[in-house]
Amino acid sequence: MSIDWVALSVFIFFFALVTILGFVAARWRRGDLNQIFEWGLAGQRFGTIVAWFLIGGDLYTAYTFIAVPGSLYAKGAIGFFAVPYTIIAWPLFFVVLPKFWTIAKNRGYITASDFVRDRFGSSTLALLVAITGILATMPYIALQMVGIEVAVQQMGFNAEVALVIAFVILAAYTYYSGLRAPAMIAIVKDTMIYLTVIVALIVIPIHLGGFDKIFGAIAAAKKPPLILSKQLYAGYATLAFGSALALFLYPHAITGVLSTKSREVIKRNAALLPIYSLLLGLIALLGYMALAVPIKLGPGQTSNNAVPLLLSNIFPSWFAGFAFAAISIGALVPAAVMSIAAANLFTRNIYKEYFRRDCPEKEEASVAKLVSLIVKVGALAFIILLPSATATAINLQLLGGAWIIQTLPPVFLGLYTKWFHRYAMIIGWIGGMTAATWLAVANNYASLTPVNFFGTSVSLMPALVGLVANLVLCIIFTPVFQAMKVAQGQDGTTPADFEQEPVAVPAAGD
Amino acid sequence: MTNNGTTKKRRSPYLLLLLLIPFIATLYPDFYNTTSPELGGIPFFYWYQLLWIILTGILMGVIYALKI
Repeated sequence: MSIDWVALSVFIFFFALVTILGFVAARWRRGDLNQIFEWGLAGQRFGTIVAWFLIGGDLYTAYTFIAVPGSLYAKGAIGFFAVPYTIIAWPLFFVVLPKFWTIAKNRGYITASDFVRDRFGSSTLALLVAITGILATMPYIALQMVGIEVAVQQMGFNAEVALVIAFVILAAYTYYSGLRAPAMIAIVKDTMIYLTVIVALIVIPIHLGGFDKIFGAIAAAKKPPLILSKQLYAGYATLAFGSALALFLYPHAITGVLSTKSREVIKRNAALLPIYSLLLGLIALLGYMALAVPIKLGPGQTSNNAVPLLLSNIFPSWFAGFAFAAISIGALVPAAVMSIAAANLFTRNIYKEYFRRDCPEKEEASVAKLVSLIVKVGALAFIILLPSATATAINLQLLGGAWIIQTLPPVFLGLYTKWFHRYAMIIGWIGGMTAATWLAVANNYASLTPVNFFGTSVSLMPALVGLVANLVLCIIFTPVFQAMKVAQGQDGTTPADFEQEPVAVPAAGD
Repeated sequence: MTNNGTTKKRRSPYLLLLLLIPFIATLYPDFYNTTSPELGGIPFFYWYQLLWIILTGILMGVIYALKI
């Protein structure tokens, strides 16, 4: 494929712009970046608007914007589960996260694992939560590169060279500016994404003769199915519900939420973030527009290429370049937050806990910075060196979702009750991880697994089946350990820590 | 907050049950798994769920504004 120079020039211009922003961000709402609290949570200063861009840009990743329409393109209605998923995520967010923010603020937590250690007095359980978080995040970072890869390939440029350049830049400004960099870049990136999508949703349907023509073409071809078959009902609902439960357990989600300056900011955002869901729902329909054109995949291409192919097909080069820049920059924001979140977990809950108990503040921040670099280099090496890395990353990300949801009992239920015994939760975690992993692998990483229920077979999300096993084990073993008089962990929190509005923002850096 | 948040009026936490509405509306596909009626050429399955994004946003906004 020859290089599309017009598209590439526009692309490079915007990429250069956000690179500069990434470094300038260090000076934004200035704080002492030698503290992990400043580097890794941006000093908890973000208000409603910045938090909206950061959390939105962090959760609705570039990969989502490629994969969701790709899934509709390939599989039809089932791919639309992303919409109910991102609807019910927000009521959950509204109830759980302000509480988590409050306890984190009052007790000085940086990670979910910090909370688990304090609440249940178990460094083992905290370690499991930290390891789960890091393992679930790594393939997610690798997957962000897939977003950049398909966009760059579409312009005829060498994807590997582009990935190396993009990640060197990303690593440099994340190291230098911490969480402030993705927050500032998110504002530019999302403006570009919104612009791209609004234009696409006006121009493409007009070009194709309206939505009735688009859906008519798919209905006439009889595939993919435009509505669900009865067998998929349970699968559709469990995928949406399970994904929503898992979403806020991801370290990058927690990091985004903890960077806000008050619980009011979080609550307000629960009402404002659905705007991103609307964007995602509309982007999903691009998959059907690609079918209606019709866009045919070339050799070696997957449904992830459908949207980039559609954009090149419909738009002039300069606008396609703009859209590809939006997608690629869209990958950098979550990749940065994810690597920061993984670095925070490693530093606080593994390095400090097991290797350097009395680690000074400055060393904590430098270890976190270094780990964020290692995490990104690892993800890059994985994508470039491993054959069929993309498929592997997708499978591992599916597993990652099934794993992270297993931290729900200590992290989220722990906000409401300390009834669960720490060792019961460890057993629950082992059981849930094993069940979810086994189901996913045995079904060849299909997103749904058939489960036999009293003679009828229904398709369910493996992650959720694992979670049920996990909860059952927690509930069975808690009274067992209590009966055996095995000591509960020491709870470092008080009920007031969950309720009080913290009095003042710490003066650090002011 | 005009009252400095000290005497903040707390409404019944049972009103939080309103947050269950989006779950019921979207997690039971039997409610909406059909192509008609269409809206502007978009089958019901799609526009119903897109509409619920907006309704959920409004619901969350109301709950926030009421300080439940």
